[in-house]
Amino acid sequence: MSMVIASLKKKLEGADGAFMLETNVEIAQGGITAVAGPSGSGKTTFLRMLSGLTSPDEGMLEVDGEVWFRGEQGKKPGINLRPQERKAGVVFQGYALFPHMTVLGNLLYASRNREMAEKLLAMVGLRQLKHVRPSNLSGGQKQRVALARSLMQQPRILLLDEPLSALDENMKAILQDELLKINRDFGVTILIVTHDSSEMYKLCDRVLLFEKGQIVADKSPRKLFIERETTQKFAFKGEILEIRAVDAVYIAVVAIGNNLVEIVIDSEEKEDLQTGDSVIVGTKAFNPTVRKFGKSDFDYSRL
Amino acid sequence: MTPDFDVEPFLLSFRLAAITTVTLFVISVPLAWVLSRTRSRSKPFIEALVSMPIVLPPTVLGFYLLILLSNRSPFGMFLNEAFGLELVFTFEGVLLASCIYSFPFMLQPLQSGMEQVPVKLLEASYTLGKSKLETLLHVILPNIKPSMLTGLIITFAHTVGEFGVVLMVGGSIQGETRVASIAIYEQVEMLDYGTAHIYSFILIAFSFTVLMTVYILNHRYRISG
Repeated sequence: MSMVIASLKKKLEGADGAFMLETNVEIAQGGITAVAGPSGSGKTTFLRMLSGLTSPDEGMLEVDGEVWFRGEQGKKPGINLRPQERKAGVVFQGYALFPHMTVLGNLLYASRNREMAEKLLAMVGLRQLKHVRPSNLSGGQKQRVALARSLMQQPRILLLDEPLSALDENMKAILQDELLKINRDFGVTILIVTHDSSEMYKLCDRVLLFEKGQIVADKSPRKLFIERETTQKFAFKGEILEIRAVDAVYIAVVAIGNNLVEIVIDSEEKEDLQTGDSVIVGTKAFNPTVRKFGKSDFDYSRL
Repeated sequence: MTPDFDVEPFLLSFRLAAITTVTLFVISVPLAWVLSRTRSRSKPFIEALVSMPIVLPPTVLGFYLLILLSNRSPFGMFLNEAFGLELVFTFEGVLLASCIYSFPFMLQPLQSGMEQVPVKLLEASYTLGKSKLETLLHVILPNIKPSMLTGLIITFAHTVGEFGVVLMVGGSIQGETRVASIAIYEQVEMLDYGTAHIYSFILIAFSFTVLMTVYILNHRYRISG
């Protein structure tokens, strides 16, 4: 059974003019769905329409068999539940913890259920810090409080807007495990905005890729990133910084992320390449090769 | 002439200031909340109207209040007949006048404080199932303590310091409308400079203490922020 049925439309003002945000998705109960796409593509607005913080222009939203929104273009929506009435947990970018309340106070504000609060704090490993105020917490700790707080009302869906983007790699990995645990233990359906392909691969069973308000890809992370027409067993996108001649061959210096690598290329390969080109570094018969970035390659900057 | 010190004008000033402050706080919190969140076109109109006393000579406000509240105006007549309210040259009349006169000093700090509370905190509260009223009481107000304090203290002090409006609407009736600032004026008119000095010095000391308290508290809040 579908947990979320969202066919919603909203006109958005983008950097280069207005565009239509249009979604037609059904999301199954219990999974983790990534909402990806470049900034300004409508991801955050999509989540806000689910939580009720932003009203769609028209369409229908049903969560767990209950209609949260139904409206026609140009008319006052027939049904539009307020955020307070929707059973959606939200974790905001930047956490949005109440600075004047302690960690425990933040949780109890959501619901007076003390037992639940203690259980959640134990789960995210914050029992020792329950009487501390948010300003004295690290980024990872704040994020855990925000997560625990969003679960206090036992929501049916959990909406996370770039929850881990401000954290270091180590903390990211720990919190990703915690998210998986929350998903498993609570059976809550999670939607997560993220730009991180490895995060999608690790956490999500499905990726909705937004582009200018449209969902242009709706696949499993495996299908999206790995099982492509051209096999990408071992391939990285990079940029050529320099090509220099050494004896009979050439050496290309390629920047892949923050890593600089030197790859030997022959004169035939060199013909096709020049400094500044976007390239794919892969292997052929155990030797590294460099070829031009092509249309069939997945551009990770689209995330 | 020996100084002729009377504590009554001060008690009257402080009573007036206390009631004005409480009344304006109760009115201003919901109004500031609405103004800080609205995108309505009438917002600048309301803001300008409430802020008028800052730029208007107190005598202008006092003059029109006097006309409006007097028994010769339909409004004054109505108040008198319907509620038995006599507002000219009475404490109640001065109270009404000082509420109008000190309104911006309460409203503005509250409104600007509320505008600075991040929208995300409000949205977080809504998604946790809390109503706007609960959010106002439990999220907004605790986060604007310096602004609340500024509004309360400045309104109180400003009411103690007002002169023109009180004189126009209240005159100088002992125990009813003769507040400290009016008492000083009267003593000077009677050439009793000794008493005028004492009254004035008390007001100077009071004003300085109040302002310093505001600055110290705000400074402390900013540090502990």
